[in-house]
Amino acid sequence: MSTIVFIDTRGKKIPKAATEAVTYAHQLSGGPVTAVTFGDATGLEALGAYGAGKVVVARGVNTVDGQQLTKLVVDVASDQDAKNVVCMHDATGRSVAPRVAARLKAGHVAGAIALPEGDLIKRNVFSGKARSWVKVSSPVRVISLMPNSIAPEQGERTATVEEYSGDLGEPRIALKEVRKAGEGIPLPEAEIVVSAGRGMKGPENWGPIEELARLLGAATACSRPVADMHWRPHHEHVGQTGIAIRPNCYIAIGISGAIQHLAGVNQSKVIAVINKDPEAPFFKAADYGIVGDAFEVLPKLIEAAKKLNAEH
Amino acid sequence: MKILVLISQVPDTTARIAFTNDNTSYDTSGVQFIVNPYDEWYALVRGLELKEANGGSVTTVTVGTADTEPTIRKALAIGADEAVRIDVAPVDALQVAEQIAAFATDKGYDLVLAGKETIDYNGSQVAGMVAELLDLPYVPLASKLDIAGATATVERDVAGGVEVLEVQLPLVVSASKGMAEQRIPNMRGIMAARTKPLNVVPAAEADHVAATARFELPPPKGTCKMIPAEDAGQLIELLHSEAKVI
Ligand SMILES: Cc1cc2nc3c(=O)[nH]c(=O)nc-3n(C[C@H](O)[C@H](O)[C@H](O)COP(=O)(O)OP(=O)(O)OC[C@H]3O[C@@H](n4cnc5c(N)ncnc54)[C@H](O)[C@@H]3O)c2cc1C
Repeated sequence: MSTIVFIDTRGKKIPKAATEAVTYAHQLSGGPVTAVTFGDATGLEALGAYGAGKVVVARGVNTVDGQQLTKLVVDVASDQDAKNVVCMHDATGRSVAPRVAARLKAGHVAGAIALPEGDLIKRNVFSGKARSWVKVSSPVRVISLMPNSIAPEQGERTATVEEYSGDLGEPRIALKEVRKAGEGIPLPEAEIVVSAGRGMKGPENWGPIEELARLLGAATACSRPVADMHWRPHHEHVGQTGIAIRPNCYIAIGISGAIQHLAGVNQSKVIAVINKDPEAPFFKAADYGIVGDAFEVLPKLIEAAKKLNAEH
Repeated sequence: MKILVLISQVPDTTARIAFTNDNTSYDTSGVQFIVNPYDEWYALVRGLELKEANGGSVTTVTVGTADTEPTIRKALAIGADEAVRIDVAPVDALQVAEQIAAFATDKGYDLVLAGKETIDYNGSQVAGMVAELLDLPYVPLASKLDIAGATATVERDVAGGVEVLEVQLPLVVSASKGMAEQRIPNMRGIMAARTKPLNVVPAAEADHVAATARFELPPPKGTCKMIPAEDAGQLIELLHSEAKVI
């Protein structure tokens, strides 16, 4: 079945979520797929390793305009007579996939977490408290893939790279400025997350949280009240009304584990909880637990992480 | 400025999640419904703030049957001027978007606001589809929105930073955290909401291209392995050698 995959490769290197999306498209089609992208990234041939036979790139287009990108995707889809259009479920994917679906009158599975079983595709619903199986009845399917849902699979091939020659028109949305975040790892893509809650007592106590995260190569996150009190930036807020993440490892420190918090993190592969209250609800959702005072436990974790880094 | 806010009804955040009819439908028995928090706290409140600053009106639109009206009244109590209910049960995102687009077309809205996703189906789809159907620019996941004349300045968090975007109205925006602060309706608002117009419009023709075939609950968690606080460092070793996640 003809399958194309739309990825955002702006920036210096191809993001991991893009390699996941190409892998997904490749496994879905059972053969080489056409990857569609834009901007000036070099080294796109390398997408062949994940299953792209061909990469169509709109050079010089560094747009944030979903309408231009929709035209790009729809043009390649019709050129290839695509039956599946795979996207990433990131900011770019969210501005393009629904538009492509509406244009093609295609059923859209947003936030797929696995390859289809028969004609059913699995996704999270109720903020991670349940899953649903979606069946698409239109001739074309649009599937947006959640990050960390499939392991990127690398082979030996390289892809041919072709420049898109159509006209995408003028952008209606202009990018005025990008304010770079600090050093850290972006939370939605992080494989390890160190998260802290109101149990940390105040923003001045985040030093050891950041140090532990740095040592583990982790992103930092927080509970809602912590962001509401401006102890930490809003983009760190995870949960039902913040962002939902699914890292391999989520370490929660001084967070009670309210149902709305769990909703955003219960897809994590392994959860470790540090809380001084043995009755904290978070322990029921955890794989590893420590009942203890964060201020005594953190130095021990930092010491152990330093030791681990020294050994490996 | 004419503002349209998309309002969806969702189960309360603490509602029990269970399924009936052989796991094909969500069990609503005993469930309290609320305005989707992203629609209410961020999209609606920012819409009201913009109206307060620039004049104009805020209309809400909901695709749903009559049982959504108590939820719609809550949005009116927070301050919307009028509400519209499109009288059909929502089935899939494209169908909902087509209903909203059919209603909104030719009405001259300067700004269409929605929450970044609903907390039940988490699709993040409807606003983008509405934008496509109305041929409008769309910015998803906005954390800040300012309007000066006909120009909107929008910020959103992306991997690695914050993007600042500029767009001419009319425009569709989906709102995430940071856009506004939650407003609690007061008694006057609740009283006024009873008499504000809630217009019911008939459904238009729409496509049905996706359906939920069944639901499932995640498998229960195994037991939690406890580590004594004195040996806290062991956690790091276990995460490395046993769980193999660090
Ligand atoms: C509609 C709605 C949506 C919501 N959405 C979200 C959401 O998206 N994300 C979210 O996080 N919350 C959300 N909430 C809030 C949620 O209900 C909880 O109030 C919140 O998660 C609690 O944050 P917390 O665990 O940091 O704080 P608390 O509940 O105050 O818990 C602090 C924890 O730290 C422990 N502690 C204290 N001191 C120490 C110490 N020295 N060492 C170790 N442990 C210590 C305590 O035992 C306690 O368990 C939402 C609520 C509502 C009503």
